[in-house]
Amino acid sequence: MQDIAAHVMDIAQNSVRAKASRIEIEYREDPGKDSLTIMIQDNGCGMNEATLARVTDPFFTSRTVRKVGLGIPLLKQNAERTGGSFSITSREGEGTTVRAEFVLSNWDTPPRGDMGGTVVLLATANPEIEFIYRHITAKGEYVFDTREVKETLGDVPINHLEIVSALQELVRENIRELSTE
Amino acid sequence: MEKIKSLSDLKRIKSQVQEKLDLREKSEQVENLIQIRVAMATCGIAAGSKETMNYFIEHLAENGINAVVTQTGCMGYCYAEPTVEITKPGKEPIVFGHVTPEKAEEIIQKYLKHDELVEGIIPVNYNTI
Repeated sequence: MQDIAAHVMDIAQNSVRAKASRIEIEYREDPGKDSLTIMIQDNGCGMNEATLARVTDPFFTSRTVRKVGLGIPLLKQNAERTGGSFSITSREGEGTTVRAEFVLSNWDTPPRGDMGGTVVLLATANPEIEFIYRHITAKGEYVFDTREVKETLGDVPINHLEIVSALQELVRENIRELSTE
Repeated sequence: MEKIKSLSDLKRIKSQVQEKLDLREKSEQVENLIQIRVAMATCGIAAGSKETMNYFIEHLAENGINAVVTQTGCMGYCYAEPTVEITKPGKEPIVFGHVTPEKAEEIIQKYLKHDELVEGIIPVNYNTI
């Protein structure tokens, strides 16, 4: 994956497939601890211990169209090669939490990428799922919550093309403001 | 164009969109819209499907096409990512492979506007001479 945003898009698709009704995504840059953490938490179907133990194996997948499942292994590899860490916890029937920590100053830590565009694409392509995105940097915090957005929009659909573009601009602009680069 | 930074800015856009929606006929309900489903699994994302999806979102409106752009999983055509499944109302879905933004533009101009097929359909059953 080329950037952090692509990883987030990828891992969040697992939550969509797990039939989550609520997906929380957090992006946290902490220069004091030299760390960049992403967390994706859902209330989907979860996994039992046997399945959970196998998800970091690239030759394990729940799909039937192909025999490999690379999303989680790629994120784990990318995080660990920066000196960071990866963890996944899950309970059947309750949901799953994926956390990856990168060492912020490491050469191998991928660039952030288009987090705003990514989160909005996820939220608008899955209008029935509630998305909460938290973007935290040394400058402050921005929260994008689709409940608020849907309230504001009333009966205008969130996946209307002009709304999607407007939302992307909204989130990108707020992230830009918190950007420390 | 004014910047969109807060929910109140969004509200402004919303009322503009709502006016247009109210002007439209009932025939443009969701089931009568073109459905564009971009494959967004690991293989698709790594091949740039997000750029493809953004291209459709940004360029459909300016071409006067009403569509719903959404995501789907891996269809098993990992070798041909980014793949896009397009369902026109009353027609069978068609899957296009290797849909870069350039290919997306060709699909908009030919298939979406004029029902003219383009190369890249999976499984391959259509070639131009």
